[in-house]
Amino acid sequence: MISAFFIYNQKGEVLISRLYRHDLKRSVADIFRIQVISNTDVRSPIITLGSTSFFHVRHENLYIVAVTKWNANSALVFEFCYRVINIGRAYFGKFDEEAVKNNFVVIYELLDEILDFGYPQNSETDTLKMYITTEVVKSERAVEDSSKITIQATGATSWRRSDIKYRKNEAFIDVIESVNLLISNTGTVLRADVSGQILMRAYLSGTPECKFGLNDKLLLDKDAVTKSNPLRRPNAVEIDDCQFHQCVKLGKFDSDRTISFIPPDGEFELMRYRTTENVNLPFKVHPVVNEIGRTRVEYKINVKANFSPKLYAHNVVLKIPTPLNSAKVEVKVGAGGKAKYAPAENCIIWKIPRFQGQSEFTLSGEAELSAMTHKKAWSRPPIAMDFQVLMFTSSGLLVRFLKVFEKSGYQSVKWVRYMTKAGSYQIRF
Amino acid sequence: MSDAKYFQRGKIQELRAELNSDKRDPKHTKKKTVMKKIVANMTMGNDMSPLFPDIINVMNVPILEIKKMVYLYLINYARSKPDMAMMAIAMFIKDVEDPNPLIRALAIRTMGYIQVEKIIDCLVDPLSHCLRDQDPYVRKTAAICVAKLYMYDRGLVESERFIEKLRDLLNDPNPTVVANAVAALTEISERSEDIQLSLNFSVASKLVTALNECSEWGQTYILEALLYYVPQEPGNAEMLAERITPRLQHANSAVVLTAVKVIVYLMNYMEKEEDIANLCRKLSPPLVTLLSAGPEVQYVALRNILLIIQKRPDVLKNDMKVFFCKYNDPIYVKLAKLEIMFCLAHAGNVDQVLSELKEYAAEVDVDFVRKAVRSIGRLAVKIESGAQRCIAALIELIETKVNYVVQEAIVVIKDIFRKYPNQYESIIGTLCENLDNLDEPEAKAAMVWIIGQYADRIENADVLLDDFLYTFLEEPVEVQLALLTATVKLFIKRPTAGQELVPKVLKWATEEVDNPDLRDRGYVYWRLLSTDPAAAKAVVLSEKPQISTETDNMEPALLDELLLHVASLASIYHKSPSTFLNNYKPRYLMPSPVLRRTRPATFEPSVTSPTAHHEQEQKEAAAANRLSFNGYDMSGFQTGNPYATDVVSRPEMRQSQVTGGVDLLLDL
Repeated sequence: MISAFFIYNQKGEVLISRLYRHDLKRSVADIFRIQVISNTDVRSPIITLGSTSFFHVRHENLYIVAVTKWNANSALVFEFCYRVINIGRAYFGKFDEEAVKNNFVVIYELLDEILDFGYPQNSETDTLKMYITTEVVKSERAVEDSSKITIQATGATSWRRSDIKYRKNEAFIDVIESVNLLISNTGTVLRADVSGQILMRAYLSGTPECKFGLNDKLLLDKDAVTKSNPLRRPNAVEIDDCQFHQCVKLGKFDSDRTISFIPPDGEFELMRYRTTENVNLPFKVHPVVNEIGRTRVEYKINVKANFSPKLYAHNVVLKIPTPLNSAKVEVKVGAGGKAKYAPAENCIIWKIPRFQGQSEFTLSGEAELSAMTHKKAWSRPPIAMDFQVLMFTSSGLLVRFLKVFEKSGYQSVKWVRYMTKAGSYQIRF
Repeated sequence: MSDAKYFQRGKIQELRAELNSDKRDPKHTKKKTVMKKIVANMTMGNDMSPLFPDIINVMNVPILEIKKMVYLYLINYARSKPDMAMMAIAMFIKDVEDPNPLIRALAIRTMGYIQVEKIIDCLVDPLSHCLRDQDPYVRKTAAICVAKLYMYDRGLVESERFIEKLRDLLNDPNPTVVANAVAALTEISERSEDIQLSLNFSVASKLVTALNECSEWGQTYILEALLYYVPQEPGNAEMLAERITPRLQHANSAVVLTAVKVIVYLMNYMEKEEDIANLCRKLSPPLVTLLSAGPEVQYVALRNILLIIQKRPDVLKNDMKVFFCKYNDPIYVKLAKLEIMFCLAHAGNVDQVLSELKEYAAEVDVDFVRKAVRSIGRLAVKIESGAQRCIAALIELIETKVNYVVQEAIVVIKDIFRKYPNQYESIIGTLCENLDNLDEPEAKAAMVWIIGQYADRIENADVLLDDFLYTFLEEPVEVQLALLTATVKLFIKRPTAGQELVPKVLKWATEEVDNPDLRDRGYVYWRLLSTDPAAAKAVVLSEKPQISTETDNMEPALLDELLLHVASLASIYHKSPSTFLNNYKPRYLMPSPVLRRTRPATFEPSVTSPTAHHEQEQKEAAAANRLSFNGYDMSGFQTGNPYATDVVSRPEMRQSQVTGGVDLLLDL
């Protein structure tokens, strides 16, 4: 398991260093600095030197590093690093060099708590915040309080306190879909899929039992059979796979596909899902890029919004690569936003702040190339696109219900929002 | 709050003065500040150990934050000042009896880290108490503490019967305590020569039930431990796997991959193909989902997928597209995807794969481009119906004249010629146009092999070889060997063309070169040619055995071993853990009446041994309702794994003989 944990800044200075096992000395910190931070060509997130292995994750201007001398479970080590980042964000708003330096004492306290002898322990921010705080606490805390904490930290619902009270009970659901697309240079769709996230902000009193329903095809089909209802809903979505927050009772989902859970307080990611069937692509891009001789490239890029005209996309950005030896690039876009050549990124950046459904825009441009000595042809990286469309889901997924049961029987208000954004939306040309 | 200012080098003298200052400090804020400075200096790697006696004085300050910093200091420096560390004992003794469970746990946790003899001596009693503490938080901390103690003094843990106490914790009502006890037992078992964790069905089943209540990490520990359950009766493996599958939906990839590991393991003990096929279908979607995690986790998942699909080709067989590389994937993800794409390729999707590979061959990263080009060649060897198109793609790539692309292409074309003799030789002309660009030994050797092999069709073969021979003495051995053989081939095929070159090369190889392989081969040829030219012809131009990409597949014994290590470092490197760790206790598929005998030869000797079988049954009976440890329950049961030698050494031996033979032939 994990023998040591370090956080470095970009210069390779150690900001946090904690050893958990005696099979290592602090000087291993220098080895990582030399082998990874000062190395310009790092080709793996894991390196093993002798019997010592270093796992690293980069975040903001930090290196989060775990070291082991064992055949450790690598997924667990990386998940732990991700978790440290998330806890840091929950505690300090941002997890970067400044935040680490300003809060190093709290971070040491946290690390002592969430990693024992290299084994990750309870790392639910809500629980941790009950006894590790950035404010000053006295040592003589009431014993009953502490027992409450310990029961919470080791219990079956370690993510929720039992004494939460709200005057108004509300729950917000955000369905956020990332569309991934890869189109070949002949215009065929190589892959199109959606990875979705369902985020929840729960402001509910007591210990609420929630039930959550989607237009999940498997579930609806099953309902249709059991209720002998011959009408099959046409708009059901086929979910390829999904993953749940640890509060969701997985056994129950496995047996009857109902999503039931006791939510943590506040914001959390309830589930993630994937679909590949019937993906509605929000944008169609038609690129025509011609290399004319060795000195010129002509562009004509057409982009069309494929959703209802009642909706708008925001922050639409297309990055259209230009050859490395472009000397001068001219672009025209007419009414459709603004386009600019960014020499540092070797591409034309085309921004369309507001894009109505069913409308289309065209960019035309030309790049002049300077003479090059080396022979290699332009590799033509794909056009990458970014956007956000509110109240639209590419997969067609809808939230059918969210039911909240609590023993006091209060009423709760629920809100749902949908958004589709670009994941890796790439068009080869 | 901005503590960043403490990150500057502090002088020991000044810090000491501040620690011992008599100034009024009712809220201990000054003490806290100086402790922060000390911790910051510790972090930066400055030696703060001279302050030890002064720190001891601070221990009595009743502020939790200060106490925690003092403990951190002790963990860092106690080992270097064992005598000083003694002074902290009184404090620890007081704290482990504190009414506050958080303080009790903190004390026991910290003591476990301070591996100084005197402190360890004082730890034994409180640890026994803490393992039975009324508070679950203290118990879960104590459980891990036993593992700490074991690392320091194995004998002490055994003589104080801590293992039994840990075992009792498996019945604890609190799931976190159970999970930590399992984690501690697993590690002790993995490090011990005489303690072997082995779960019977009822314990395994109880642990699976506990999964529902555990934290994500606890679930991972329990799933890891399930590999120590060996199904003994038909149906057990199926039942357990069925109950583990819901874990595949967990948001934490460690839980998912470890669940995959257990399920793949249990498949070895299942009877019906149908059940296995069913489970394989369930494995695919969660594995694909892992590819939307962070790039590091993607990498772990990809390396494991490559193992799983070699053993269970049904998994992911229709999911080729998800492994297509994104332009901005990190290089390690791209390389891992490439290997999987090759593995999943078949006649039905070869066109799709090929057009992707062509795309990759135009990218920027040299290593990735090379691997893409190489994959095109391997694809041609693997799938006959796609060979023609793969070769066309390679020719196209050669025409780009990009140096490393050309060289890589030539290396694979050699294999294609081997696989499909007399079909694609028409492209030799194109290859010969690029001779001047070759500067890598592997590419040169491949080209020389081609010239030698087709000396009768390449009209100016003698001229080309002569060009290469010009630098013979400076070439690396692999090129020299290729040149020697090619020249002899030329001579046998076209004696007139080769008669001037052969004596020159033979003389160099035998007289001027130090390498024994080269010299020996030179002598062999020389004698063959001078005593029996017909025999020389039979040897040098002998029929070559078929090559196939099967040789790329992993050795079955290694594959089986690695599948017991899914998600671990070994599964990423595709190397047995014993190759990079010392004293690693190897894992095997343990024999059982229900173990599938896919390779009967491997297991026969051990399974048919009646005594071993009998002992196995005895062991089961003794285990009844709890864990058994060989060193404890079974007096007289030999330690270690009696089957170990049989299981690994046999296939390995056979394999090495075979490859040895093939290598020799390949060189010709």
